[in-house]
Amino acid sequence: MSALTQASPAAAGQTGTTVLKVEGLTVDLRTSRGTVRAVDNVGFEARAGETLALLGESGCGKSMTAKAVAGLLDPIADVTGGEIVLNGTDLAALSPRQRRKFAGPELGIVFQDALTALNPVYPVGTQLGEAFRIHHKLSAKQARAKAIELMKRVGIPEPESRVSAYPHQFSGGMRQRILIAMAVALNPRLLIADEPTTALDVTVQAQIMALLRSLREESDMAVVLITHDLAVVAEEADTVAIMYAGNVVETGRVADVFSNPRHPYTKGLLESVPVNAERGGELNSIPGSPPELHNIPPGCVYQSRCPMVQEICRAQRPELLPINDDGGSAGSHSTRPATATALPVTVRAAACHFSEELDND
Amino acid sequence: MTETLTRPQGTGTLLEVEGVTKTFHVPKGPSGNSRLRALDGISLSVERGETLGLVGESGCGKSTLARTLMMLERPDSGTVRFDGQDPFGMRGKELLAWRRRVQMVFQDPFASLNARMNAGEIISEPWRAHKDLYRTSRERDARVRELLHMVGLRPSDAKKSPQEFSGGQRQRIGIARALALNPDVIILDEPVSALDLSVQAQVLNLLNDLQQRLGVAYVFISHDLSVVRHVADRVAVMYLGRIIETGVTEEVFDRPRHPYTAALMSASPKLDVTGAERNRIILQGEIPSPLDPPSGCRFRTRCWKAQDICAEQLPPTVPAPEDASHAAECHFPLETIKVRNPDPAPDPAPAQ
Repeated sequence: MSALTQASPAAAGQTGTTVLKVEGLTVDLRTSRGTVRAVDNVGFEARAGETLALLGESGCGKSMTAKAVAGLLDPIADVTGGEIVLNGTDLAALSPRQRRKFAGPELGIVFQDALTALNPVYPVGTQLGEAFRIHHKLSAKQARAKAIELMKRVGIPEPESRVSAYPHQFSGGMRQRILIAMAVALNPRLLIADEPTTALDVTVQAQIMALLRSLREESDMAVVLITHDLAVVAEEADTVAIMYAGNVVETGRVADVFSNPRHPYTKGLLESVPVNAERGGELNSIPGSPPELHNIPPGCVYQSRCPMVQEICRAQRPELLPINDDGGSAGSHSTRPATATALPVTVRAAACHFSEELDND
Repeated sequence: MTETLTRPQGTGTLLEVEGVTKTFHVPKGPSGNSRLRALDGISLSVERGETLGLVGESGCGKSTLARTLMMLERPDSGTVRFDGQDPFGMRGKELLAWRRRVQMVFQDPFASLNARMNAGEIISEPWRAHKDLYRTSRERDARVRELLHMVGLRPSDAKKSPQEFSGGQRQRIGIARALALNPDVIILDEPVSALDLSVQAQVLNLLNDLQQRLGVAYVFISHDLSVVRHVADRVAVMYLGRIIETGVTEEVFDRPRHPYTAALMSASPKLDVTGAERNRIILQGEIPSPLDPPSGCRFRTRCWKAQDICAEQLPPTVPAPEDASHAAECHFPLETIKVRNPDPAPDPAPAQ
């Protein structure tokens, strides 16, 4: 296991310093059926030059978490608790006006659907140059030159002529490149990528992932990659936080988590991937489906689908606690602290009462 | 009733497509061309009880091919034969009887079920067109319950409307509807790509189980290579309206002969955390517009092996030396190149 951990490079310089620290983040949604908790006491940490993956299935709260960090929550959603510390500033404590100063120079975001994320009635050059006009007070002409430079940087051919083209004149992959260019225009310390390749074909997905990787290495950005794809996490991320029903259920280095999952949900997900099974053989699927947000049970969020469920799982929600490398849980049931403090994601942690009993052979 | 369900796992060719072309007329694109050739000389066959995987990126013609197999599109040229007969020459009762044998499951389980019907009505709707199948309402109700049971739902679910089901359950209803007419082949158009991973595995298990019990053949269209590798007996890889490689699944995945197949396999992310370096081929550019396809080999604009001949001549179909059923349409088919092998490729694509 230790050999695997060393496989991820820990380079010199700024790499490895904490850029974003989220602690106890809680987001409530006001719906017609009452208030529901979409993100529940979520904590993680993103470090310079590394990619943290937020992994989970639809409705698990991963995108809501990203939107809360970026300050882009819908009006029906409120951050009701927690801290979002970006380079020492708690964004959650700021007013929307103060927060806007961070959007661009400190934090960039790439969305899944580039066609809806771009404005269809402006040329891409105008949209790319906007950040420079607002934050650096450049003239339209200077901003245009910057836009061309950006397009070059993300690998768009013939940027001089295409800078005046409209979003619909680009292919899906090129649009995604433009969106990435907008996000990295002001060299932010943190880049949030929300399912950046889900809408793209496999060969284009590989191009976009390679681009994100090179941009990250170039400027030592911290990247938070939101995805539902285990294979993308395995290839692109250094650390991972796995979410289920609004909760982080397991965190750690990707190599450790995937080779030795300590939460039954992680294990179930890994076994659902067809590649791990014999062709035509039975896949180990997880029975049932995730709970609906207005119906999340007390106790463990995974109890209704868990093969190891016991009485205590229904009664008491397991905290996200560090686990030893040998797989044992750090605390026994009786000595668990009342609240989990934010753990560095490099520390292996799982939210399961019976983590140490999980059999991975 | 159950006798009709257990079909002998017969062998032999069920569906045979030869030289099918289909051109659509669309508003003029930037190239000034208004003829979009969606299928450009497609030939393939589906054996009884097997699963044929159809792989390709968006715009390659997968869905048009599926629609042609469903007889929703009439090919401009070429032949489609089902059990030796040409369905496009059929009319009336004969055509109706044929349609019963080919059914389809759609990608989006939310859009493909009528929200104003309950599950029982959705499953039994095909019988409104095929009236001779189950004559009394009692027979129909019993069969609906049986179908629900087969796809892992409860008989009482027949009264629920689609909105009351999760995505995976809805896809089960879509599968039950496709089974309602006891088809010989089901066209599955991205049947699990809208589903979450944990639910996807449930549906794949169900499809596998149904095939074993009923002997139904599948044409499984997907962009997810790991899913295709799991379910398909044979695969056909499409690129810009042509099938560029076909063969037994393991052969095509482990020893791709066409550069595009090799690139596709290597681009698809792998769940491997051992840290082993793998030979990644990152293609340049994107799939060209089907309105303005390249001359000669369709893939030559992105291919790292392309030479002059590739622009001049349509490549021949070359069988693999060790397995003649594994064929690739390429002037310069690859020697055994193992996608997962850590050894560097003989001709890696130039990285950007």
